[in-house]
Amino acid sequence: MKKVFQRPEVLSDVVMHYCPGCTHGIIHRLVAEAIDELNIQDRLVGVASVGCSVFSYNYFECDMQQAAHGRAPAVATGIKRVHPNNIVFTYQGDGDLAAIGTAEMVHAAARGENITIIFVNNAIYGMTGGQMAPTTLLGQVTQTSPYGRNAETQGYPIKVCEMLATIEGTAYVERVSVDNVKNIMATKKAIKKAFQTQIDGKGFSLVEVLSTCPTNWGLSPVESLGWLRENMMPYYPLGIYKEK
Amino acid sequence: MAIRDRLSGNEAVAVAMKQINPDVVAAFPITPSTEVPQYFSSFVSDGKVDTEFVPVESEHSAMSACIGAQAAGARTITATSANGLALMWEMLYIAASSRLPVTLAVVNRALSGPINIHNDHSDSMGARDSGWIQLYGETNQEAYDNLIQAIRIGEHPDVMLPVMCCYDGFITSHAVENIELVEDEKVKEFVGDYKPEHYLNNAANPVAMGPLDLQNHYFEHKRQQAEAMKNAKKVILEIAAEYEKLTGRKYGLFEEYKMDDAEVAVVVINSTAGTAKYVVDQLREKGVKAGLIKIRVYRPFPVEEIAAALSKCKAVAVMDKADSFNAAGGPLFTDITSALYGRVDGVKVINYIYGLGGRDVKTDDIEVVYNELLEIVKTGQVKSVYNYLGVRE
Ligand SMILES: Cc1ncc(C[n+]2csc(CCOP(=O)(O)OP(=O)(O)O)c2C)c(N)n1
Ligand code: SF4
Repeated sequence: MKKVFQRPEVLSDVVMHYCPGCTHGIIHRLVAEAIDELNIQDRLVGVASVGCSVFSYNYFECDMQQAAHGRAPAVATGIKRVHPNNIVFTYQGDGDLAAIGTAEMVHAAARGENITIIFVNNAIYGMTGGQMAPTTLLGQVTQTSPYGRNAETQGYPIKVCEMLATIEGTAYVERVSVDNVKNIMATKKAIKKAFQTQIDGKGFSLVEVLSTCPTNWGLSPVESLGWLRENMMPYYPLGIYKEK
Repeated sequence: MAIRDRLSGNEAVAVAMKQINPDVVAAFPITPSTEVPQYFSSFVSDGKVDTEFVPVESEHSAMSACIGAQAAGARTITATSANGLALMWEMLYIAASSRLPVTLAVVNRALSGPINIHNDHSDSMGARDSGWIQLYGETNQEAYDNLIQAIRIGEHPDVMLPVMCCYDGFITSHAVENIELVEDEKVKEFVGDYKPEHYLNNAANPVAMGPLDLQNHYFEHKRQQAEAMKNAKKVILEIAAEYEKLTGRKYGLFEEYKMDDAEVAVVVINSTAGTAKYVVDQLREKGVKAGLIKIRVYRPFPVEEIAAALSKCKAVAVMDKADSFNAAGGPLFTDITSALYGRVDGVKVINYIYGLGGRDVKTDDIEVVYNELLEIVKTGQVKSVYNYLGVRE
């Protein structure tokens, strides 16, 4: 019988710890498929961040290093400078990348580090139980914004792709979403392109994936996908923001 | 009438913060302290406090914002754990040397690496010489009481230093216990208003906060800081006496448990004291003269008082829930032995590093420690000074 579907080789055969319906799992799979298809597993090194994806080293079959919260792009820089022929990626949440690690992300981009960042934006700090993140939408209810984020006291959500597009050192920056099959396919394409950018030595690549956190959003997995579409996509428009 | 309630340690601290009603709280979440600012943010949203709540992007910024706010003349509080405290490091020293009495709840958690979320004291022990006063609490009640007293201690004109109130992650922070709360009005009266002598934008008395300070004055400023820490001991006791009048609860520099005639004693910090007290009771029933000292004030370190309290013991075990990697013993051990040096002769002191990364410490483990002390008393021999409890090797 012809095999039509199988687990990507770079994805470990273990049960993931993510909550039911959390799209972290889908994104892991897309990253793994892209790696398989590009045939870069044997020269792949990953950097795990702090957040719900802290255990990503259990899921990717490659060498991985755990970074402190927010520091993954700096750690990845170190690895890549030692092994320029390796493919080095980080997998970071929005709290990790756009709050505590903003400086590392911006400066890795400014230096044009030839690394790839998979940036999972679920508009909340998932791991710590659903507090407001810099990416939390206006009006969004979180544990620390119980009546919704208020611009007057809590400022505005950060648009990472738009910000990075202004930085000379970035080679490829795209925002995608995993809310439906079409967008999932597009996400895989973007992730593949990001790795290809690194393989071609073009410099810094980042794919921002709009993702869900059903647990902390207080919605079912299906409702979460709808919420993402209706609320996140208008504020965080999908598309390529930079391509060299 | 005091209010009887059942709260977790973090809830209790958040309630203390609500009653204190600080001007500014700037915080960033980290397990197991996350709940403190989180509960507090709901008090802010519900209009129960007048506080400016700033959910900043990192702990470095949390402490920086607290420093700015406190310098601007505001009473500020924040909370953190482990790596959060580590990320505050640079700012901890600046808060202390700028003599800004910020209050910080440290919910003790093992410091990376390797990454771990459970309780030990490696976070606050690392910050022990940052110039902050350090108070430790065994229970939810103590965590609550310490935080309220911390405001008065830090702001006292003879002190003007920031204060860290530490309690154990999960064991104390998340377990729900009975607690007696002080009435809102009484807390308000007890803490009073923050009236710093110097603050920013006081046209009548312009200041520069934290300017360059070279060979000509840096040393004198450090000397003053050291003096403030010395003054703190007396102030801590005065405030404790005042708090006792208010609540009936007595606080000192450390707690002595069955120490009057103790021949063997354990010195310990935070929640493990509860486990160890149980063992002391059991040993006492068997006629063993066992006692315990639980440190409440670790900075300033009460050297004379500790030396006096241990002077009649034959053998003492100091238990450290953090290692100091100096190849000689844990931080508390180093402090206790130097307190005894030149003050008390002949007490045999050993050290146990225990519970790292949240390794459970049971009564059986504590018994091992007391048994070793009894063996030392019997033989007069110390087999090993620097020991590990409950580790696989
Ligand atoms: C220095 C430091 N501060 C705070 C934390 C606590 N912390 C762990 S995960 C996290 C937020 C993660 O959120 P995000 O990156 O959005 O990932 P998600 O969990 O939503 O996938 C925080 C604040 C930490 N580990 N280290
Ligand atoms: S808390 Fe949110 S982001 Fe984390 S695994 Fe659960 S659903 Fe996913």
